[in-house]
Amino acid sequence: MGIRITKPFQPLTPENLKEVHAYLGVYHLAEPDGAIYYIGYAGGKALFGLQSELQREMDARAGKPTLFRYEVNMQYLSRHEELMMLHVADHGELPERNRRELKHKLGRLSPA
Amino acid sequence: MDYQLTEEQRIIIDTVRKFMREEILPLEEKLDPDAGDLEPEDKARLVAKVKDMGFYGLGIPPEFGGPDLDITTQTLMAMEMTQHRAGLYNPAYGVFGGAGLAQLFEANEEQKEKYLYPTLRGEKSTFFGLTEPSGGSDPARAIQTRAVRDGDDWVLNGAKIFISGADRADFGLLFARTDSDKGRGGVTCFIVDVPSPGFYVRRVVHTLRSTRYATEIQIENLRVPHKNILGEVNKGFAIANDRLTRQRIPYAAGCVGVAIKAQEMAIEYCKIRSTFGGPLATRQSIQWMIVDNELDIRTARYLCLDAAQKADRGEEFRTEAAMAKLVGSEAGGRVVDRAMQIFGGYGMTKDFPFERWYREMRIRRIGEGPSEVQRLVIARDLIGGAFH
Repeated sequence: MGIRITKPFQPLTPENLKEVHAYLGVYHLAEPDGAIYYIGYAGGKALFGLQSELQREMDARAGKPTLFRYEVNMQYLSRHEELMMLHVADHGELPERNRRELKHKLGRLSPA
Repeated sequence: MDYQLTEEQRIIIDTVRKFMREEILPLEEKLDPDAGDLEPEDKARLVAKVKDMGFYGLGIPPEFGGPDLDITTQTLMAMEMTQHRAGLYNPAYGVFGGAGLAQLFEANEEQKEKYLYPTLRGEKSTFFGLTEPSGGSDPARAIQTRAVRDGDDWVLNGAKIFISGADRADFGLLFARTDSDKGRGGVTCFIVDVPSPGFYVRRVVHTLRSTRYATEIQIENLRVPHKNILGEVNKGFAIANDRLTRQRIPYAAGCVGVAIKAQEMAIEYCKIRSTFGGPLATRQSIQWMIVDNELDIRTARYLCLDAAQKADRGEEFRTEAAMAKLVGSEAGGRVVDRAMQIFGGYGMTKDFPFERWYREMRIRRIGEGPSEVQRLVIARDLIGGAFH
């Protein structure tokens, strides 16, 4: 099983959000050029899972073009951790917002 | 066996219970239901509080700064500290500390200075690298990671799996084969600094467990100085085996703690939940579940305390620890399962801790030696090694 999310990004729009169900999982948010600016998760406290988390993210962007992709995953916390470590392995550092939010020591991953 | 609590034990248990109720549970309510840790500032505050109470560093011998408590008392405490959502794999969110890599108590002075003391002070994180893709139940034969002497170093090559904490660690213990002809007598324990060239954490291994995810490690020409051997060359299996035996009592006690909490919740719920015009508590099918739960809990608790008391008396306790681990993990799973049945649909949700306990309790029948290995250990001790 690959450890990267390989599905393509799509625009974060109300129409595309309708296809997202209220499952738990993880997501990437990216600028229109595909640069990931946030790695998030929808956990057990999210009222409508990925749907409500992504809705919240879309509202916060206030119309600014945004790309997203997600993965339904019941092990959202360890998967979220893995995605952050992968990002550091690939890009050398975390997205700024993740860096700000992270309160614990992030692990090191050396994907093959 | 006399399992009457002493006055001191009663006071300690009451204190821990109060601490859990007043400090841990309110914080846990605010966390994600799968969370494995408290917020760092909350944890630091509670660690300071536990240190003031004199309980910090459970499992650490008093000469190294741990509390002067016998194994029986620590087992009783473990049964209290696990009675919350994350309790099975992170009792009280780690604010009572712990021995970490207990094997380092046997290290030489230089190794203690560099690795043990900083670990006990909470300055260094560790991992325990035993299990390999070739198997974990029979480490003596399954270990294929090889170490070859090269001057003052050893060069290691191989792979490890289901290793918790390797990605965040400062160092860890890695077990490797140093003599291919000797089976369990050909395994050596190395203290490995990480990150190091040749040590790669390849991926997170996602399991049923929410707390402390596991990782897969690849080792390619990793150089480890000879002075980093823990103990002696080819004597590493005894180090691993000692940990596995010691771990079984608190591991089993954790299962009992969760089972006690699940039973408490089930009893409370069956009195207030009505079906067909009467509370669940009046239904014989429910009463029998509650009775079966209690039998499971008391049997497991008795075996845990029996093993702990033998260990405290300095007697051989391998069989008793295996019995406690076997019964504790299996009984704990049954109790959580019955409690979920009593709670019905709510028992399946993340609103309650059962679904997490159910997932994590399933691992307990595998982790630290599966049920089948515990039976093997018990049979070997009862019948004699010659028949195995």
